[in-house]
Amino acid sequence: MTTSPVGGGGKAAPAPRETFSSRKLFILSAIGSAVGLGNIWRFPYVAYENGGGAFLIPYLVALLCAGIPLLFLDYSIGHRFRGSAPLSYRRLHRAAEPIGWWQVLICFVIAIYYAAIIAWAAMYTWFSVTKAWGDDAEGFFFGDYLQSADQAGLSFEFVSNVFFPMLAVWVVAIVIMVAGVNKGISRANAVFLPLLVIMFVILVVQSLFLDGAMVGLNAFFTPEWSALQNPSVWAAAFGHIFFSLSVAFGIMVTYSSYLKRKTDLTGSGMVVAFANSGFEILAGIGVFAALGFMSVTAGKPVDEVASGGIGLAFVAFPTIVSEAPFGAVLGVLFFGSLVFAGLTSLISILEVIVAAFQDKLGWSRKSATLIVTIPIAVISLVLFPTTTGIHLLDTSDAFVNQFGILACALVAVIVISAGLSSLPRLQQHLNRTSTIKMGTGWRIVVGGIVPVALGYMLINEIQSKSSEQYSGYPAWFNGVFGWGMAGALIVGAVLLSLIPWSEKSKLKDPEYEAFNAAAELEGDVDNNIKELKS
Amino acid sequence: MTPVAITMMIIAMLTVWGGLALSMWNLARHPEDEDELPGPEEMPHEL
Repeated sequence: MTTSPVGGGGKAAPAPRETFSSRKLFILSAIGSAVGLGNIWRFPYVAYENGGGAFLIPYLVALLCAGIPLLFLDYSIGHRFRGSAPLSYRRLHRAAEPIGWWQVLICFVIAIYYAAIIAWAAMYTWFSVTKAWGDDAEGFFFGDYLQSADQAGLSFEFVSNVFFPMLAVWVVAIVIMVAGVNKGISRANAVFLPLLVIMFVILVVQSLFLDGAMVGLNAFFTPEWSALQNPSVWAAAFGHIFFSLSVAFGIMVTYSSYLKRKTDLTGSGMVVAFANSGFEILAGIGVFAALGFMSVTAGKPVDEVASGGIGLAFVAFPTIVSEAPFGAVLGVLFFGSLVFAGLTSLISILEVIVAAFQDKLGWSRKSATLIVTIPIAVISLVLFPTTTGIHLLDTSDAFVNQFGILACALVAVIVISAGLSSLPRLQQHLNRTSTIKMGTGWRIVVGGIVPVALGYMLINEIQSKSSEQYSGYPAWFNGVFGWGMAGALIVGAVLLSLIPWSEKSKLKDPEYEAFNAAAELEGDVDNNIKELKS
Repeated sequence: MTPVAITMMIIAMLTVWGGLALSMWNLARHPEDEDELPGPEEMPHEL
């Protein structure tokens, strides 16, 4: 399907909603969104720190009892109400619209810093060839490359080696977004995701042939059974699954709104969820095989070389690249994988924002994309390629994850389950066209177990972030860019909800009215059948 | 690698990659239906 016509005059009929041309492309795009930087640099370390091989048990429990049910919840909302996050929540209930905007603003914050990490990875793909870091990867990253200031603050001293790759990332992302769902998002995922998998498989195979690979794998998979008695290990599993699957911040709602009316939602969701986890297991093997090599080469135990996040990618891995045979190949594969994994996720994050404004203001695809993404790119390019960019990234990432995504997810599940009692209706919609049927268990999990798990994690986070300054940054810095930013997202969401829906908006869409009428009628038919049976 | 680490590695691979294979098999068994859901006018009125 093409994007809506541009410049066709005011009296043109409303453009039909874009749809993924096939289920396969939706699944590829959803996997591309779920498989992000976290799969590569977060999962291996989280698993290792929380019981190694024993972590598999809380991980699978969290996947089946929280991740997949929440994924289905997002699918059911997006597919049933056929809109971006704000429009879908608005159609669910007028008062629920701010939840959708909250998710849009969360995506805005993530997008502005995510582009910076992709840009670093792109530069490191090249640095892997030149081994630009010499024998001090840490000093090179923070000093020579990022030119990081000693004190967290807000500087406008730009670092050209970060600015120009970031500009390139934004140009690529905007070009993909302008092209629309089928010509842009689907095609990008159809190219980048297979490329990512092929590159990563080669990386894993190469890592397995390094000296010490088995030492690393042994450390990664050796179970520490006592960890299972520790509630924080279970919280880590639920937290990881929750962030890894890209649930509850609008992405899956938006993507599923582009699915054809008759689609196997749960069957497709199972493939997405297990593909995401499958990639994580692959990443764990690749990363720990490489860390095993680092441990043997440095003569240190694995626990002294193991790390996650930025430390793993930009300090540990460059060290491995310098010392491993064919290290340049390993580096290009690793950082190239980060670039592709990051790009497919960035696209999905941007789509949440573009779709929201497109729906609310009735703009064409091209206008909405340019009006929305160019200012986001400018804000990103002003704040992050600077000497204080890394501090800002660190704080905004930590706070938007915990007090944005987590808090919003908690509010959403409580509103949907207890506030609006919408779970039976959404369950009915899931079951209408899906091969794997959801029963009462799904409603109990989404309305009971998930809020308890999210609430526990949120309280823990509020306590830990209140008790000491995050990362030792000044109080004003965390106050403004952490707590302040998280609070501003809620205020902004309410304000955006108060803006009236444009006459041209998708709120009164004849295509949806017809779909809704059919769905309501089918619901009545289903209920009648149930009554007749009982 | 110790036997217990190997066992956990195999279990992890079997459950997660097995889950992926199973879910792909399930999807393949139910090919995409190009037909749209029936509109209201096509619904069985006798119910």
